[in-house]
Amino acid sequence: MSLYRTELRRLAKRRFTRYMSLLGLLVLAAVVIGVFFTNQKIGADQMAQAERQAEQSYQEQVRWSEQERAACEQAKTAGTATDGRYPDDCSVITPPPREQIQADWFLPSTFNFRETFDETLIPFAAILALVGFVVGASFVGAEWSTGGMMNLLLWRPKRLTVLLTKLAALLTGMLAVTLPAAVLWFAGFWAVASFRGSTEKMTAGAWQSSALTGLRGVVLVLVLTTIGFALASLGRHTAMALGGVVAVMVVGQFGLGILLSMASVRFTEAWLLPTYAAAWMQKKITLQDWNSCNANYYGECKPDTLDITWQQSSVLLSVGLVVILGAALWAIRRRDIS
Amino acid sequence: MPAVLEIEGLRKTYKSRRRGTRNALDGFDMRVDAGQVHGFLGPNGSGKTTTLRTLLGLIRPDGGRMTLLGHEVPAALPTVAGQVGAIVESPQFFPHFSARDTLSLLAGAGEVPATRVDEVLELVGLRDRAGERVKTYSLGMKQRLAVASALLKNPKLLILDEPANGLDPGGIREMRTLMRTLAESGMTVVLSSHILGEIQLICDSVTIISLGRRVAFGPVDEVLAQHSSGAVRVRLEAVSDLPTATEALTRAGIRVTGHPDHLMLAGVDKPAMITRLLAEQNLYVSELAPIAVDLESVFLELTATAPVPGQHRQVDESTKVGGTGQPGATGGGWGA
Repeated sequence: MSLYRTELRRLAKRRFTRYMSLLGLLVLAAVVIGVFFTNQKIGADQMAQAERQAEQSYQEQVRWSEQERAACEQAKTAGTATDGRYPDDCSVITPPPREQIQADWFLPSTFNFRETFDETLIPFAAILALVGFVVGASFVGAEWSTGGMMNLLLWRPKRLTVLLTKLAALLTGMLAVTLPAAVLWFAGFWAVASFRGSTEKMTAGAWQSSALTGLRGVVLVLVLTTIGFALASLGRHTAMALGGVVAVMVVGQFGLGILLSMASVRFTEAWLLPTYAAAWMQKKITLQDWNSCNANYYGECKPDTLDITWQQSSVLLSVGLVVILGAALWAIRRRDIS
Repeated sequence: MPAVLEIEGLRKTYKSRRRGTRNALDGFDMRVDAGQVHGFLGPNGSGKTTTLRTLLGLIRPDGGRMTLLGHEVPAALPTVAGQVGAIVESPQFFPHFSARDTLSLLAGAGEVPATRVDEVLELVGLRDRAGERVKTYSLGMKQRLAVASALLKNPKLLILDEPANGLDPGGIREMRTLMRTLAESGMTVVLSSHILGEIQLICDSVTIISLGRRVAFGPVDEVLAQHSSGAVRVRLEAVSDLPTATEALTRAGIRVTGHPDHLMLAGVDKPAMITRLLAEQNLYVSELAPIAVDLESVFLELTATAPVPGQHRQVDESTKVGGTGQPGATGGGWGA
């Protein structure tokens, strides 16, 4: 327990931890503030303004179609309407029906909590997962590269206990940042919705759905924190984790994506990790193969689809976590420390 | 005297596809008795740090037995770690923490009272600089911090690898005094160093390692005596008598090397015999001085690392001596 408390202190004392956490929280705050200022509450004034703009747009359409019809008839009379610019029958040039130009199109952006909040949890989880990854990697990587780990092992010679205690302290620290940040995120967007949108239709089911999405976000943060920690411990340097991620993203993701596209592989995104992260957060992602065509009754072409579910993502995350953390534990147990 | 540290037949082999097999430790033995300051000497690459790392559980041995404070290690390391303070190789600390933070975190991990931090900072002379970040420290200050970290547990056994490295002359003297004070308080100190004059001054006993094997061990004076060549320098009242003296001594079976103003005699057991022999020839001695060996010359002789003009000795070019019956062995060993 003393080691756990000490590691928590060490984590909190590190400037990198403080700065990265602060930076992550500032980015999150910037997102909330940005959304606040780019949305408006819809009231009678906004509706009336939108109606006016819709009517104005309709009138422009009417004017334009009348001009075009007149030009068409003039061209026909002059015998110059042979370039295909105008239809054979100029009377078909008509404005769209008034009801097709909807006032909704002219409404300012508004934040509907029920419809939009879950989407905001994706950048929330992504930003904190990135913070967790680099903080986790640095927490153990810097200890290895500066000799701190060796010093610690001279005091506490149980290697697995030391590494797992460090990880436990790290995850506690990340939770201590993530959970209050999540509460503030909920509160912040509730405020945005209250002042710049709508909080209607937030039923118990909607709250439960949002809470579960938030929970999956927290799990994603913790998993990526653990992976960063384990990779850095495996390579005994922070750069191992960061370099590993760059390698996976550049070679394994961009390169693989280009290669699969060139080979015309179906559902290329199914091979890319971000797809699974998105599926984890959104519960399901439907991939479409635009090279296929399934004609429906009306002759419409429908692409083949492939669903990636959060359950499949959870298997991938679990396997990745077990393999990487297992390798780190094996390495610290077996490898000499020099 | 009970042994605080015992090593028997320790082996560590590094295998590499490119560089082949290298025996870092090749059946190494060592024994340190309680309350001693023990010097652990060896040329670069001889296996000193490997031995210390293995002893402290950082490296897995390929064979042999080790005990610390009577407990078999590495199995019992969690039990004895609280009583063993150690610095291995150069001091390494997280550069952005202050000395006080560094020690405080170690104290926390080792369940040592926080008050001990200030005690050891005072002891190593870092009290006034304890709040500064370690990255601003000189090598000598980092060394002091390393010693402080090792002392933090108030250990029964203190293992210091090159503790004087980077220290100024005053610091070296302070370190020497500290080592002696600690030993007098009952702490056993194992000191690895290349400053052989210091070792000779501080240590009660030594172990010399070369190419992974022990080549000499025992109390310092016994090791020196064992490697004393029995050389004696003789001066006569008249330099012109030196050739006559050379003839008389050579006849008596003594190896003589002539110099312009004195003679060097080798293999002399009893210097009194020289005065008697020369007096019989009416030659009178003005100086008869046994030539004392120092630890440095013994070390260079045993490890065959003395510089040779025109040659560039490579690391690992040193002496490998057979296990038992090795020259320089003056007693001790596992269970002795």
